[in-house]
Amino acid sequence: MTDSNDAGPGERSRFTPLRERHEALGASFTDFGGWQMPVRYTSDLAEHRAVREAAGIFDISHMAEFTIDGAEAAVFLDHALAGRLSNMAVGKAKYSLLLAEPRGIVDDVIVYRLAEDRFLIISNAGNRDAVSEALRARTRSFAFGRTPELVGDDGSFGFVVGETGVRVEDVSDHYALLAVQGPNAEAIVAATEGITEVSTPWSEQRYYAWADGLFQGTPLLIARTGYTGEDGFELLVAADRAPALWDAVVAAGAGHGLVPCGLAARDTLRLEAGMPLYGHELSLDVVPAQAGLGRVVAADKERFVGKEGIEPADGARVLVGLAASGRRAGRAGYAVTDADGAVVGEITSGALSPTLGHPIAMAFVDPSAADGDLFLDVRGTRIPATVTDLPFYRRKK
Amino acid sequence: MTDLNTLRYSEEHEWVALDGDVATVGVTDYAAERLGDVVFVELPAVGTEIQANTVVGEIESTKSVGELYAPISGEVVEINDDVVADPALVNSGPFEGGWLIKVRVADGALDGLLDRDAYVALTEG
Repeated sequence: MTDSNDAGPGERSRFTPLRERHEALGASFTDFGGWQMPVRYTSDLAEHRAVREAAGIFDISHMAEFTIDGAEAAVFLDHALAGRLSNMAVGKAKYSLLLAEPRGIVDDVIVYRLAEDRFLIISNAGNRDAVSEALRARTRSFAFGRTPELVGDDGSFGFVVGETGVRVEDVSDHYALLAVQGPNAEAIVAATEGITEVSTPWSEQRYYAWADGLFQGTPLLIARTGYTGEDGFELLVAADRAPALWDAVVAAGAGHGLVPCGLAARDTLRLEAGMPLYGHELSLDVVPAQAGLGRVVAADKERFVGKEGIEPADGARVLVGLAASGRRAGRAGYAVTDADGAVVGEITSGALSPTLGHPIAMAFVDPSAADGDLFLDVRGTRIPATVTDLPFYRRKK
Repeated sequence: MTDLNTLRYSEEHEWVALDGDVATVGVTDYAAERLGDVVFVELPAVGTEIQANTVVGEIESTKSVGELYAPISGEVVEINDDVVADPALVNSGPFEGGWLIKVRVADGALDGLLDRDAYVALTEG
């Protein structure tokens, strides 16, 4: 038998600071965005179920982090990103998009407002360089000839003029990121040894907000965000503290059903939650409205990079959720056809939903076909599918 | 427990156990591990004449689709209905309850397959 989903021989992949933990747990690794990441430890399905029913811990240290600071940081982000970040309260997080010129999406990101004049952006591992390049170009266009850019020894870039300006730094290599996700996540992080000085009581921390604290005396950013459709936290800590934090969370989770989870479970969890994955639902060939992300774009901003390209072309395909019965899943790249067998779309992500027990998929389809009878072309077999609202799965609050 | 040293193996990660003129075929633990949790198995119908090195079925996991190659030629005389109903058997017992098909074969049908040592060398290579 052959596996049609093997990653080809990539360039030399990097490992996160948690490599030894993963190896000790017997993880299988896969190349993801230039990183060797755990794809599973034991079983995709068991890991997926643990997150829905109890809790899972994920190493997501491959994600990239950028800090943006300076008196003009907020207005700079209004210029550089699709959303309006300047009116976000300190302590909040917001999902946003980095648009390409003239159109398309460079990456989807989460922006955290750390202070009036300081933000953190978390972007996808595989887009680290593209995001860095885009931000660098945007500091130049934003400076608008005011001063030469300042490039620090630390690799930061940006400009200052007297009291104003903006400085961007790629801090990805300094940090590790752990996600603790699932209904028991709060109980677990609250019980984690070594986390102290938490700025907001755990139960008062809101979804899409952050708190800070210390882990064994070093700064810890505690974000109530995630990519699973469950409640949960993403913990940002200095890279060299990551193994100790992993151990502490795992120890705290022992009585709460916490399971180490790989990228396979992460992918099926986010798919059930209707969350896009860059390279599948989002790309340089997709505009936000096509992917149901029109709300992310603050079109009323006077100017921002990519504003001219936010309108979908006439007849542009739209992202829909598709549900089917049986057990054969449509997969990324498979055609979607209408009742006459004409190709009207393409699947971007698909799997047999572990939670729902039937195949689900996201697909771009012709708008004219989006409310008719559709079929998935599963390697030559036509499987009837129904357009369904996203997300496929919604947690009980 | 099956003695893995008595089995023959294909480079496509299948195992073959010969009993008289009937060969039982399944996928190896290495294949099951690589696939992840198996959620769908499609097998050829009883009576089908299969040809070695051609695709005769499919094994799907949550993450990927694997094609099932016939490691040998012959007539399918039995398929494992249990594994069709409960594909997880491939993961829990690839050499036991997770067997896939039984094939009536001619003499010498297993020539050219790997022995245990050669197969282990292949997967560790």
